[in-house]
Amino acid sequence: MRTRTFTLAARLLVAVLVLAAAGCGDSRSHAQAVYMLVDTSGTYAKQADKAQRVINYLLGTLNPGDSLAVARVVSRSFSEKDIIAKATFDTRPSEANAQKRAFQAKTEAFLKDVQPTAHTDITGGLIQGAEFLNETGAGTKTVIIFSDMQEDLDRVTVRNFPIKLNHIRVIALNVTKLNTDNIDPRRYLGRLAAWHKRVMAAGASEWKVINDMERLNSIFANS
Amino acid sequence: MSDLKMWMIWPGNPALSILVLALIAMVALYAARAPMHALLRSASQTLGGPLRLGARWLFGVAEELRARNKAVLLAQGRRETGQRIEREFERLALMVSRDLQGYPTLQRKLLEEITRVEEDYKKCGEVPPPPPDWVDAVTAVAKIKTGGGEVVQKILVDIRQSLESIHDKALAEYRRAYQMRHSILEGFMPYWRSLDKTMKQVDKNMTGIQDAAAAVDAQMVSYKEIAARSDEAESQLTNSAFTQFAIAAIVMAVALGGAFVNFKLIALPMSEMVGASDYITATLRTSEVAALVIILVEASMGLFVMESLRITHLFPRISNLDDRMRRRMIWISLSLLFLLAGIESALALMRDMLIADKQALLQSLATTAPVVNEGWLGHIPTAGQMVLGFILPFALAFVAVPLESFIHSARTVGGALLVHLINALGFAMRIAANLVKQLSRALVHAYDVLIVLPLLAEHLFRARRHGARNGAADRVDPRETTLHPLS
Repeated sequence: MRTRTFTLAARLLVAVLVLAAAGCGDSRSHAQAVYMLVDTSGTYAKQADKAQRVINYLLGTLNPGDSLAVARVVSRSFSEKDIIAKATFDTRPSEANAQKRAFQAKTEAFLKDVQPTAHTDITGGLIQGAEFLNETGAGTKTVIIFSDMQEDLDRVTVRNFPIKLNHIRVIALNVTKLNTDNIDPRRYLGRLAAWHKRVMAAGASEWKVINDMERLNSIFANS
Repeated sequence: MSDLKMWMIWPGNPALSILVLALIAMVALYAARAPMHALLRSASQTLGGPLRLGARWLFGVAEELRARNKAVLLAQGRRETGQRIEREFERLALMVSRDLQGYPTLQRKLLEEITRVEEDYKKCGEVPPPPPDWVDAVTAVAKIKTGGGEVVQKILVDIRQSLESIHDKALAEYRRAYQMRHSILEGFMPYWRSLDKTMKQVDKNMTGIQDAAAAVDAQMVSYKEIAARSDEAESQLTNSAFTQFAIAAIVMAVALGGAFVNFKLIALPMSEMVGASDYITATLRTSEVAALVIILVEASMGLFVMESLRITHLFPRISNLDDRMRRRMIWISLSLLFLLAGIESALALMRDMLIADKQALLQSLATTAPVVNEGWLGHIPTAGQMVLGFILPFALAFVAVPLESFIHSARTVGGALLVHLINALGFAMRIAANLVKQLSRALVHAYDVLIVLPLLAEHLFRARRHGARNGAADRVDPRETTLHPLS
């Protein structure tokens, strides 16, 4: 409350002073937008606590004016309904902090009782994420896929067509090895290589794999 | 390789081919000697001429600039010294009116005290009355021989007793007179002290006036030197300007440090007002520019206060305002400065609150235990920031003083450096012109080295022809060691 009073008083004074400077501002957007896909299929649903850690890291790192959305990867993920929480943080730091608290509470509540799904539609989630990111108009757009990157579609779902991820960074996070990967590591490496190829063919600006949860700072290292 | 063979006159004998080719080339070069020399000299003049001309022009410009700098410097020095003399005279006038205004009173007091002391002294000088004349009679009586007569003895005893009684009286009278004189002398003391004090005061005043007069004299000497446009005066003024420049630069660097701290205090809370996501350039946020603008406005207000107080003279229009307007301006500037200081203090508090809020958020995100409240100790940084936020704008106001010195001395320093730079440039151009000239000479000689055989032949031919003409063909000047080009 006190912060708001100060804000109001000082805003009047500085408004005139800043008007000229703001008028000739940089038209490019310096905001960041992050869309995080959380895989909730099969055994990967057990990684929910790790997903919450990543969300907390993002909330702590993103600045006022940035956007964040967390969506789940289900059997068919190309839907707004699968977005657990989304927010474009206010440009005022105090308001942004309040929004971040609410965001955290929302995602925490969801991930506490997450139910595993039968199939995994990563492509649908990517298309949905690209839509969200493009709408934000942010300067830097990032999709984080918290998944083992094993897509598993039902017979009806169609995803084998080229997608568009222009100027979007794609980061695969915590790509766990499946039992079959342990038998033949080429399956794991081949899976990652296939995603790399598909994502870059879609026009993505970067593809990165981060498996060490202690190196989350590298998410924004080159952005 | 095949290209090389193409040039061989006798492909089977490359040495001979090269020798013949060299001889042919030598003859060709010998034939082109005069135009080649002319070409080299012309090229040298083409290059060296403008360089020499440029160097001369630069030296001229440097000299003009130096004269102009000197004129400006002397004018500035004259004005400053004039102002200083004016101030010294004002001080002197103040001292004279303060110290010598009461001088007649002081003199009267002094004279009165001296008169009183003189009178008292005269009183002290009064000697006790001499012994009465009958002393001689007593002496005569004392010489009378008693002869053993009782009557005479009795008379003498009576006389002695009378004399003793008179002597005691006279002695008592004498002592009383001395006691009186001593008491008069004792009464002198306060007058002497007062006299001494008054004299010391007069001495002190006179010394002060003498010192002030000496300062005026020193300033006058300096003023005369400046008026005479002497080199010594110029040198002194330049040195003084360099010193001022250095000192002002140091003080301004310190002030910049203060401004930076100030900036750090208000940059974050400014994002709460103008938003944290607006950018002026790729790395410069609007909130940072806003904070910077606030600081600059504070510095400007400080400048206006200093100008209105006539401490600085950067804006003649302000210092020329009438006193009423100036007072108004002081109050307006001070009020705005006070307001801005208050806002900064509030912003500093807000900064602390924002940081605490961010810290709390990060702690909740990291799910770590919150920091234990430190009680009143925890409020010290907040209070410190608020006080700093309030004080720094006023401290920044004083930047106007070194800023004025900096600006004034920068003209002299910049001018002097520019003169040196132009001189250095001129010098470099002159060196380049000389190098070109020497290079051209070297090339001419190098060319002659290439065609040494034809030149030798020419030399011998000329010597023989000269000898045949004079009948002394075998006499060659032994001093002639170089080959002269064809005229």
